[in-house]
Amino acid sequence: MRTLKYLLQKEFKQIFRNTTILRMILMMPMMQLLVMPLAADFEIKNINISIVDHDHSSYSRKLVDKIIASGYFKLNDYSNSFDESFQEFQTDHSDLILEIPKDFEKGMVRENANTLFLAVNAINGTKASVGSGYLSRIITNFNADIRQDWIQPSRASVAPTMEVSTLNWFNTLLNYPIFMVPGILVSLVTMIGMYMCALNIVKEKEVGTIEQINVTPIKKHHFILGKLIPFWVIGNFVFSIGLFGIGRLVYGIVPLGSIPLLYAFLGIFLIAILGIGLLISTYSQTQQQAMSLAFFCMMLFMLMSGLFTSIDSMPQWAIWIANANPVTYFIEVMRMVVLKGSGFNDIKKHFLIMAGFALLFNGWAILNYKKTN
Amino acid sequence: MKQFLSFVRKEFYHVFRDPKTLLLLFGMPIVQIVLFGFALTNEIKNADIVIFDLAHDMASQQIINKLEASKNFEIKRFVNSHSEIEEAFKSGKIKLAIVFPPNFNHDLLHLNKAQIEIIADASDPNTATTLSNYANNILMDYQKEMSLNKAIPLQINTQIRMIYNPELRGAYNFVPGVMALVLLLVCVLMTSVSIVREKELGTMEILLVSPFNPLMVIIAKAVPYFFLSLVNLSVILILSTTLMDMPINGSILLLYFASSILIITALALGLLISNSTDSQQTAMLLSLMGMLLPTLLFSGFMFPLENMPKPLQLIANIVPSKWYYIIVKGVMIKGLGIQGIWKEMLILFSMAVFLIFVSVKKFKIRLA
Repeated sequence: MRTLKYLLQKEFKQIFRNTTILRMILMMPMMQLLVMPLAADFEIKNINISIVDHDHSSYSRKLVDKIIASGYFKLNDYSNSFDESFQEFQTDHSDLILEIPKDFEKGMVRENANTLFLAVNAINGTKASVGSGYLSRIITNFNADIRQDWIQPSRASVAPTMEVSTLNWFNTLLNYPIFMVPGILVSLVTMIGMYMCALNIVKEKEVGTIEQINVTPIKKHHFILGKLIPFWVIGNFVFSIGLFGIGRLVYGIVPLGSIPLLYAFLGIFLIAILGIGLLISTYSQTQQQAMSLAFFCMMLFMLMSGLFTSIDSMPQWAIWIANANPVTYFIEVMRMVVLKGSGFNDIKKHFLIMAGFALLFNGWAILNYKKTN
Repeated sequence: MKQFLSFVRKEFYHVFRDPKTLLLLFGMPIVQIVLFGFALTNEIKNADIVIFDLAHDMASQQIINKLEASKNFEIKRFVNSHSEIEEAFKSGKIKLAIVFPPNFNHDLLHLNKAQIEIIADASDPNTATTLSNYANNILMDYQKEMSLNKAIPLQINTQIRMIYNPELRGAYNFVPGVMALVLLLVCVLMTSVSIVREKELGTMEILLVSPFNPLMVIIAKAVPYFFLSLVNLSVILILSTTLMDMPINGSILLLYFASSILIITALALGLLISNSTDSQQTAMLLSLMGMLLPTLLFSGFMFPLENMPKPLQLIANIVPSKWYYIIVKGVMIKGLGIQGIWKEMLILFSMAVFLIFVSVKKFKIRLA
């Protein structure tokens, strides 16, 4: 026990002496938490539209007004020729071109039907389908308005209509940062835990100081605990700042569920993640190697954790990978507890799996760590 | 020159002798292309939903069948109360609930008006809006089918053309992004760390006291990463054209030229970082913070730039990968020539010149 105390003293001294790294450990999460939720907004709005109006009638003007008034679109240019607008389109200044044909209004009245042309920049497929969907809906509405003008109101609703009311539970205003902050916080804690732990041990290897520890009577588990505990504490610290400092003060996020429950899960999660860092360090000789390995794992963990895209829509093999990823479970737990107020019973399974991960990675790392080479 | 070449050879040995670094160098682009290509989509499939059916009539049954047939939804179970819906949401897996009121079919047929409720678990706002849109489309389809036989006067039709990517494939959007990400990662992270490593271990001292020009020592370190990046670029291009059927509509030469400018910018940045730090950990954290995140955030391939607050949009302008992303999209997909992208090229080029100038200015021959 006394050995451990001295080891911890050494580790904390080393960490606190390197102020550059310490500052970065604290700055990086702050910056990311402040910037990322603002930037990581997938909601499609502000679509730039070019309108080519060959008609210049009261109908075409009404349609343009309706499109702009919807709030989804920003009028980039309003021109008379398609070629002119296409140039805007090619340089990415506009995402959509709506072409209103000549005699749009007259044709409507005489022939009872008319066609509008829509060109969509589809490089970003989601944006393209959402944007054209919005526009189609506006045109359908516009169509209904015109019909109402021409036909008696009693005939207008001759077709059966469903009134759909959509309710958004747990986040009624569809506030995006509330959803992103817990997830990003998890990724930050993971990053700090894994990198710091892996690099710290490998640094001793690379610089050679680990030899000095290996020749002392310090036990294997003392050494490993001495390395793990400081980063476990730092992980908890960063998490608390993120949750209470930034989440609460900047974004106004108050966890609905129990906070001790979150910390209990965080504790086990950190042990698992530090185990991975330890494992990486046992397999690398230089910091560059450790960094490469840690980076590779980190990338897989982040992309396959459901942080940005939904896991349910992945193919089966990818779901298996996602299920073998500890970060997936913590992100799920964070979102459930913070946003929905889920209790211990809802996340019992997650606790068990995470404990399994913690045992697996740490056990493997301890078996693989040798005092002699 | 001979000296320089042998230094470059030494650096190549360093890289090739270390399989773990090679894993990052070459495994990363391949894994990213495969994951982004086949696993990660913004489309939502097989979302679990529950149905609360108070009507139990023909119309509700027909709509349920339609929902079941859609690839977007999977009906998990039927519930009997609103509180059960809440429980289903809390347990985590259920994303959407659809509520049919009593007398649904009757109201629809006789009053021509019936209400239906979609309840979404909006703790994930993206999934919630996307899924309610899908459900809405299915309901509208059903409604259209009901009134199919009635002639509708004054119809406006809309003809939609999807330009550049008619099949709406995700690859068109992310391949240019992955290219920017990988090139920057390899160049900035690897160069800065490998230079600082020599400082940390003390071997840099030996190199600097040798008769060889100190600046050349540093440049020799950057050369292997320049070539490795070009190899990586080719791997990405080959993978994306064969696996993903991505076109390269413009000139390949132009693409490589633009990439070289980005690589040089990144190398200069790597040198700059290595000049201002002497521990590998700091260099790594700086590269990650200074390069990787801005690339992910501000190049526009993951998150639409126009959604961001104005200050962030301004910051995005100083991120090299933003301009590179525009160039690659222009050349690869739109098939633009130099006249279409010269402005972006010029911006990228001036960034490269500026960074090289600063990092050479800051280069110190003495370590302490």
